[in-house]
Amino acid sequence: MPKFRAPLLSLAGAAVAIAVFAGPGAAQDVPAAVKARQSQMQLYAFNLGTLGAMAKGEAEYDAEAAQGAADNLVALTSLAAGPMWAPGTDDMSIDGTRTLATMWDNFPDVMAKGTALAEAAGGMAAAAGTDLASLQAAMGPLGGACSACHKAYRAPE
Amino acid sequence: MRRTLFALILIGLVVAALGIYLTRPRLDGPQVLDGLTGDAAAGALVFTAAGCASCHMAEGATGDDKLVLTGGQRFPSPFGTFTAPNISMDPEHGIGGWRALDLWNALHHGTSPEGQHLYPAFPYASYVRMTPQQVVDLHAYIRTLPADPTPSTPHDLGFPFNIRASLGGWKLLYLRAGWVMDGDLTPEETRGRVIVEALAHCAECHSPRDPLGGSKTGADWLTGAPNPAGRGTFPDLTPPELDWSTGDLVEYFTSGFTPEYDSAGGHMAHVVDNLAALPETDRTAVAAYLKRLPLTE
Ligand code: HEC
Ligand code: HEC
Ligand code: HEC
Repeated sequence: MPKFRAPLLSLAGAAVAIAVFAGPGAAQDVPAAVKARQSQMQLYAFNLGTLGAMAKGEAEYDAEAAQGAADNLVALTSLAAGPMWAPGTDDMSIDGTRTLATMWDNFPDVMAKGTALAEAAGGMAAAAGTDLASLQAAMGPLGGACSACHKAYRAPE
Repeated sequence: MRRTLFALILIGLVVAALGIYLTRPRLDGPQVLDGLTGDAAAGALVFTAAGCASCHMAEGATGDDKLVLTGGQRFPSPFGTFTAPNISMDPEHGIGGWRALDLWNALHHGTSPEGQHLYPAFPYASYVRMTPQQVVDLHAYIRTLPADPTPSTPHDLGFPFNIRASLGGWKLLYLRAGWVMDGDLTPEETRGRVIVEALAHCAECHSPRDPLGGSKTGADWLTGAPNPAGRGTFPDLTPPELDWSTGDLVEYFTSGFTPEYDSAGGHMAHVVDNLAALPETDRTAVAAYLKRLPLTE
């Protein structure tokens, strides 16, 4: 865990920075909590981009870069989530979010889905630096963990 | 729009009524499956690709519970709400007593062993393209699944859609065993066609429908549709709307990640779970099929 402290803090900082400085315009009246959690999701996606490009063969396999991205995912799963999911920020109450209100009614299940993602990210961290085949094999469980939560708690577009 | 739609539906029903004789439920005799023996392992792949559990498992089932085909999930449609029946091996409430031939008639003709029309919410308009061997294999496999005594819930349909006899007209119009994509296909594209058109029933969601609920083919094939459940849409799978590379498609079918590394949601998440459980060659085959779109008339 201490190993992740530094990237964790800087990532938390980055997430806050993005949330605070996220562009003007339509998103202006979206609560910071919503912007923060969407930023966390975008950071997942960004780091997955590094791993996915290698998995698909679009980028050459680079053990160090893969390990870095996987470690970032692990760090992201350990951000304190509470303030980003402030009550009253569901898609029926405000604009600019796709989070379903049921997310607040099923706390144990949400936690379980968060834990499942942390485990899948840990699986990726153990695999990404080994070789390309291990990285590719870890993509499926990771995708499954992201998708399980979206299926349950994110409204369709 | 509503009016024309309703008028069209009425005309359809009158035609159906006149044609009751012509449109009586069809049942094949045992000769269609003559000499075939089922292979449960091959049937497991048919079952997965066809997504039977996605509809017939209990709402929200995970892990091994997905194989308990107790039914109960609800499917809203413009005609009312369908509820998937129990198709577990329970002899009374499920289909434990069904022979391979009964399953064939349900999947190929949309006819139950009692000689009644089944509703096309059960996607037999796609399964009609399954081969006798695939059905026999599927039967061998579902016989290995557990029994569950939950009684099936009736559908909640308005008049006249609650009259099963009216479905004969629908079948006459839309139940076609032929392939939608024809012409010269590579072996890979041909395999992709089996999965897309016969088993995974992609068009049931991704093709627009006409007012009587038949999937549009030709240039409309797989060009996207509104979601009858309300929010969200079924995306267009033809270029330029879908310009993903083969690698992007295969990754999506394997892990559910889009090229932006968002992840598949809604009903597609079930489809991805199923595709991910098939051999990699099947996922590349589906991608190869999609790369041949759009169809011209
Ligand atoms: C615990 C539940 C949960 C998990 C696990 C989860 N997500 Fe999300 N995700 C959500 C919810 C809820 C939203 C909608 C957020 C909103 O709009 O308020 C979302 C939104 C997103 C978005 C859109 C963000 C935006 O800018 O609007 C992306 C991209 C995303 N998730 C990617 C991922 C990826 C990749 C993973 C896996 C590494 C993942 N998510 C795991 C719940 C989850
Ligand atoms: C899109 C959802 C969906 C999928 C996928 C699906 N079914 Fe069904 N199925 C239904 C619905 C809805 C009915 C009820 C039809 C009716 O009452 O006429 C049904 C009915 C049936 C019946 C008739 C049961 C009876 O008691 O008369 C059988 C058998 C059956 N399905 C088997 C299967 C098999 C095998 C598969 C996979 C090859 C499958 N289904 C895939 C929704 C689905
Ligand atoms: C039960 C309905 C259903 C079936 C069956 C289905 N899909 Fe989908 N599909 C969806 C939905 C809903 C989405 C949108 C997913 C989302 O919002 O994350 C989607 C998204 C997609 C996408 C991503 C498109 C994009 O622009 O984001 C592709 C590719 C796709 N489906 C291909 C297929 C293929 C190939 C099949 C058959 C093997 C299939 N789908 C079967 C409902 C379905």
